Amino acid sequence: MSRRLIGLPELEDLAIGAAVLGTGGGGDPYVGKLWAQGRIHARGPVELIDADDLADDDLVIAAAMMGAPSVIVEKIPNGAELVAAFQAVEQACEARAAAVMCIEAGGINSTIPFALAADLGLPVVDADGMGRAFPEVQMVSFAAYGLPATPMAIADEHGNVTLLRTTSAEWAERLGRALVVAEGGASVLAQYPLRGLDFKRTAIRGTLSLALEIGAGLRGAGRQGNVAIESLTHRLRGAVIFHGKVVQVQRETAGGFVRGAVVIEGLDTRADSRCEVTFQNENLVAIADGSILASVPDLITLLEEESAHPVTTERLRFGMRVYVLALPCAPLWREEIGLAKAGPRCFGLDVEYVPFEQRLAAR
Amino acid sequence: MSLRIGVDIGGTNTDAVLVNSADRVVARAKTPTTPDVVSGIRAALAEVLTPAPLEPVVAAMLGTTQCTNAVVERRGLRSVAIMRLGAPATAAVPPFADWPDDLRQAVSGHVALVHGGHDFTGQELAPLGEDDVRRAAATAAELSMPIAIVGVFSAVNPEHERRAAEICAEEAGVDHSISMSSMVGSIGFLERENATILNAALTEVARLATTSFESAVHSACGVKTCYFTQNDGTLMALDYARRYPSLMLASGPANSMRGGAYLSGVMNGLVVDVGGTTTDIGILVNGFPREAPFVIEIGGVRTNFRMPDVVSLPLGGGTVVRREAGKVTVGPDSVGYRLTQEGLAFGGGQTTFTDVVLSLGRADLDVPVPRPSLEHNLAEKAYRVALEVLERGVQRMRPSADPLTGIGVGGGSVLLPECLDGNVEVVRPDDYAVANAIGAAISEVSGSVDRIVAIGARAMEAIRDEVRQEAIAQAVAAGARSAAARIVLWEEIPIAYLPGNAVRLRAKAAGPLAHAR
Repeated sequence: MSRRLIGLPELEDLAIGAAVLGTGGGGDPYVGKLWAQGRIHARGPVELIDADDLADDDLVIAAAMMGAPSVIVEKIPNGAELVAAFQAVEQACEARAAAVMCIEAGGINSTIPFALAADLGLPVVDADGMGRAFPEVQMVSFAAYGLPATPMAIADEHGNVTLLRTTSAEWAERLGRALVVAEGGASVLAQYPLRGLDFKRTAIRGTLSLALEIGAGLRGAGRQGNVAIESLTHRLRGAVIFHGKVVQVQRETAGGFVRGAVVIEGLDTRADSRCEVTFQNENLVAIADGSILASVPDLITLLEEESAHPVTTERLRFGMRVYVLALPCAPLWREEIGLAKAGPRCFGLDVEYVPFEQRLAAR
Repeated sequence: MSLRIGVDIGGTNTDAVLVNSADRVVARAKTPTTPDVVSGIRAALAEVLTPAPLEPVVAAMLGTTQCTNAVVERRGLRSVAIMRLGAPATAAVPPFADWPDDLRQAVSGHVALVHGGHDFTGQELAPLGEDDVRRAAATAAELSMPIAIVGVFSAVNPEHERRAAEICAEEAGVDHSISMSSMVGSIGFLERENATILNAALTEVARLATTSFESAVHSACGVKTCYFTQNDGTLMALDYARRYPSLMLASGPANSMRGGAYLSGVMNGLVVDVGGTTTDIGILVNGFPREAPFVIEIGGVRTNFRMPDVVSLPLGGGTVVRREAGKVTVGPDSVGYRLTQEGLAFGGGQTTFTDVVLSLGRADLDVPVPRPSLEHNLAEKAYRVALEVLERGVQRMRPSADPLTGIGVGGGSVLLPECLDGNVEVVRPDDYAVANAIGAAISEVSGSVDRIVAIGARAMEAIRDEVRQEAIAQAVAAGARSAAARIVLWEEIPIAYLPGNAVRLRAKAAGPLAHAR
């Protein structure tokens, strides 16, 4: 049994760690952090429990925002809508939840569940459905194992609550996205109501404490950025796959996503080489001198050289000095059922997935 | 023919220039900035106006750091009444959520969350709660607090903010300080709210600063028309500066860059402003400072003020050079304005960056001094360290690897090499030392629009055109000559995670003053 209290300073760490796991996208955790800090300030710290602390019959429900992070930074939620969405799913399940879960440990959705948990006096489970950030409802471990995303409730600040029962997670994505647009581009939702037994079997474990640890390591980095990055890659069994200076950034919107690429020119020992990282909200593939270094679902994160802080795709600009980190994804994503939901082909890439460690070893 | 005065108040010096209607500099002065500020202005004005000019002086333009200092030092700030237009949205994160305690205590007044605001398409989130606005305005008037009005997506549709401001003026009087967030910051509600609160808090500081400048100028040369330079390198009239003092934050670097552009004739390039303690590097795009794209922290508060994108390096003419345990260090400390007493070349005992450059014979000062004798090895090493600092700064700022012109301004720019970072050729125009005051004197007036639009609903070109026209109309409304107003900045930024392909359009127009030429 492992319990830990999440208070105001822990949320600072979480926000940074979640941006690392956000792999360039996932939305800035800042607004979610302030929201959660406000609720924790009012209601007290939130308990972070281990998945094994859940009984097999316990109900656990994910809380998240859906839509454009650039909208949520402007149209900040009311706060009550997340409670309404969560309770609508509880009602549909005819049961009270024992805990709140994060659907994704990366980006803004890592922090938002703590606001809800503080309001409801519930714990948050130290596990999520991605171990990183992905853009769509079905790119979740639970869906990979065939568990339903619905009943799912989407709620807005006006008090509108819509309950969806869909035939697949893909339909939940499609219908949910349409609702979110109608509600002004960003809403909150509760989804994937799961029994403790199913959750323990399918969740990606320990990801929030991992984000907390990453954040604590980088937050105190100061000018010792390279030291912090070294210990981070060691701890996560990742690798610095490139170090250089951004020389080109391209971005375009297509189908509601920001797609683009950043070209990084090597420094030091890699002075003659160039690395290109393509992204669709999140970073997808890193290629250097014609060969792939790493690809989704492995995590590709850019860290600013000086501060060691993660860089989101919208912050990328010419001249920025960055480390390109590859971190291993959760083992599930390397299996067939995982690759079917979130492999390179799910992002329209004609790339065979090979774990980045194997790619590095072969070089 | 007529003359204009440009004044720039920096941390160390107050510079003034007199320019004629052809924008030629006819007199210049550099005087120390005084603690009361205004006596320094008087001294600088007296210097440029002696002997008395033959042509009339018709306008004065001032750039000042007083607002920045007030925020950083928490001095002279007012408590603010905040009016959020967004209920039921935004309640999850109240105002002042992430402020340093001392600044919050200095500024936090009254908070009202009322119905209103828009979504990203510009549709109403809720009708404006006019009665609540009126009640909050009456409270603010009673407490005599400046009012900060912040509406959700007001950058897309400022209608509710404008209506709320009207109601506030009815309740609290037309002279009451009312700040609308759509005039202060860009998209990002909390950052824009913070910016608007700081703007409102600064109105008293601004009133004092503008009044004392106005009276100093008036008594020095009879001029009644005063303008203040904004941080985008353009001008605003006195009453506007009093309402939106935050637009003066970081106007100093903007003035230097505008001055550098004017003096060198280079409209797209890199400006390197070398002072006594620091070097500021910024980028010129069509003759205007490139804007910082991200959140700006000021006094410990996250804001999205429009600010010039400037990197400030700990290297200037007075930066101290040492050898410690065999290792050569350059700064970050500096003798600053005491360089001319404490530097080796001036007979003092401190080895400075200036001494290093002079001893290597890489530059000469305008006023010749004996070449300081430094151990060659030390000088070479220190020079390399300093150059590395400069070149890293250049690398961070330059937009691409293409060749670029670097414009050296500021008193210390004589120390710059002829070439930086491989292909940045450095030019140093005449009057480089007072480029900031010149930048103030030649400034234009501007208008800007920042909007998220959905692609596909209408022809994109028609939307672009509308946004451009609106920016030009704003510039003209602010005092630009309409025939000469033009678009000087245009950006299209895609918005993530929204189907329907939304894009954010930003336009800025500028033109020379319609009067005063």
